[in-house]
Amino acid sequence: MSGFAQNTFNGLVSGAFYALLALGLAVIFGMLRVVNFAHGAFYMLGAFGAYVLLSEAGVPFWAALVIMPVGLGLLGMALERAVIHRLTKLDPLYNFLLTFGLTLILQDLVKLRYGVQSSPYETPSLLSGSVDFGLFDFPTYRVFILGFAVLLCVAVWWVLTRTRIGMVVRAATERPDLTRAFGIDVGRWVTPVFGFGIGLAGLAGVLAAPMRAVNPLMGADLIIVVFAVVVIGGLGSIFGSVAAGFGIGLVQAWGEAYLSTFPLVSQTIVFVVMAGVLLWRPAGLFGREEAPA
Amino acid sequence: MRRTMGVAAASAVVVLVAGCGGGGPQSSGDQKLTGDKIVLGVLNDQSGAYSELSGKNSVAAVEMAIADFTAKYGDKAVTTDITVETADHQNKPDVANSKAQEMYDRKGVDLILDVPTSSAALKVADVAKEKKKLYFNIGAATTDLTGKSCNKYTFHYAYDTYMLANGTGKTTTEQIGKNWYILYPNYAFGQDMEKSFSTAITAAGGTVVGKDGAPFPNTSGDFSTFLLKAPNLNPKPDVLGTMQAGAELVNVVKQYNEFKLRDKGVGLAVGLMFLTDIHSLTPAALAGTTYTDAWYWNFDAKNREFADRFQQKAGTRPTFAHAANYSAALQYLEAVQAAGTDDADAVVKGLEGKTVEDVFLRNGKIRAEDHRVVHDAYLAQVKPQSEVAEPWDYVKVLKTIPAAEAFRAPSADCKL
Repeated sequence: MSGFAQNTFNGLVSGAFYALLALGLAVIFGMLRVVNFAHGAFYMLGAFGAYVLLSEAGVPFWAALVIMPVGLGLLGMALERAVIHRLTKLDPLYNFLLTFGLTLILQDLVKLRYGVQSSPYETPSLLSGSVDFGLFDFPTYRVFILGFAVLLCVAVWWVLTRTRIGMVVRAATERPDLTRAFGIDVGRWVTPVFGFGIGLAGLAGVLAAPMRAVNPLMGADLIIVVFAVVVIGGLGSIFGSVAAGFGIGLVQAWGEAYLSTFPLVSQTIVFVVMAGVLLWRPAGLFGREEAPA
Repeated sequence: MRRTMGVAAASAVVVLVAGCGGGGPQSSGDQKLTGDKIVLGVLNDQSGAYSELSGKNSVAAVEMAIADFTAKYGDKAVTTDITVETADHQNKPDVANSKAQEMYDRKGVDLILDVPTSSAALKVADVAKEKKKLYFNIGAATTDLTGKSCNKYTFHYAYDTYMLANGTGKTTTEQIGKNWYILYPNYAFGQDMEKSFSTAITAAGGTVVGKDGAPFPNTSGDFSTFLLKAPNLNPKPDVLGTMQAGAELVNVVKQYNEFKLRDKGVGLAVGLMFLTDIHSLTPAALAGTTYTDAWYWNFDAKNREFADRFQQKAGTRPTFAHAANYSAALQYLEAVQAAGTDDADAVVKGLEGKTVEDVFLRNGKIRAEDHRVVHDAYLAQVKPQSEVAEPWDYVKVLKTIPAAEAFRAPSADCKL
């Protein structure tokens, strides 16, 4: 029983990363209709940035947790202005290629300076212990990640559903033309939303630094699963991406724990789920079929 | 039909004549060296997971060997025109295959060195066999290179899965704990390592109480399912043996520490670890971990002198793969010098059965039976952070494993 609870908890922690990354992808896709392939690279930059800040300037984890998302968010906004928005009117494939190219450039720049070996990053001392839950104890840092990610997702949900900004963004996501007809400048919101999505990826990166190998390819490995998560949740669906993120984390953890005698199953379970969902609901679990143009 | 027979007979005569003269410096007529020069080819990972532990710094090590060889023989050297060709095989067998062919056929390479990643290493062995050109493998672990895939032109230089398992599995079982839980990446290398370790542990009187193949590559980066399982097995394991490598090893160790398995009485043994792995994990994260090392830079004055020169050139301390590349290039050049020709068959003849002593090979011997290069290996333990006196000096050598015990006996599968 305690084993099951622990595995569940672990699944939720992995899911927290998927959720944060998928959430960013979902808002970006909703607003810009851009599938941002560079998302994994920004996740990696978040983790690497935290490492560089700590090792070269002595900036602690807590400060990095604010600096990196904000910094990367601004970088994302600059990129959106400089290149991405120029291609949004064209076939989506162009931005596909552009963001994929950006990924390679960012990865190689980091490789050039820091090599491919993983860089060390320690858990902040405040969170290095473990929490006793009676049935089992669990590393404090993992509890922190889970709490933090849930809070953040709730905050994003609150902003999107309860504030005026959120209403504008949601409206612009679903029916940009109609929103414009109400006299709202949709274009003004595109850049900040892109920056926000990138900021979330950077934040996930900083959170990952103490528990994952920090190297230039860390994002490339993860992003494949995150894309599967986004597809399962429904492209552009904000709630769907978060729910699918946590769900896939759980499925993976349970798969590894209870299907380990069938390694092929536990390795491919995410994609099996994705294929199943697509057959059953082609727009994803929480996605809506695109309205005919 | 008759015509073909005639041609065959004629070629047999040519081969016989050439064969009789082989082996001596005077044999190849005017031209002792193909193209009047020696070309060494370093084929390895220059951009991916293994590029730090071998990569460009292996090329630097080979260049050091050339410089040392030239300085030693001066005018008497068989040639002073020795160059290095390098290529990135990206750890992909098909890329390794085509790059190796290109090196032998078009770049005039006499010897291919390094080639990490077992699947790629085996492909290159096939190419060497087909082209009848020399190949010293350093970076790969599979025992198949000296087993069912062995051939006349392939030598396996630095280490293999048997050496790792025999050193770490046997000694850790005898000295640290009898009950093991083995976690391995579920592909050729990991499965091979798991088998080698299980055999070594059982032979030393230990028990494998559990083993799991983790997904490879593990896209979630999470190993906690397995790490949580370990302390709850019955009987409880004393040692977690992890066969993961590179970034996956980093993930396992980070999470091993997160779940505080050491405090729960489960020690850590690592199947394959390089100095660069310890550097990126920090000794603090690995303190007390045992593993088998093929060479350590701060073991004695001779190694240290090499490491100092290497650092001047490459800016970092050498891993065992770097030292082995240096040694392999040097021993090849010595063999060419002795034979007076770079003719592959003549050089192989000179190498087989030779005993060698250099900075990397201690009590070294190039076995004629299977072309395994045997030498002393070392059981190493990562120091606690407080004992690390200088950068990169992360381990102490607990014990030297004599060359005769470190490697397996020649396999019956190998027919040269």
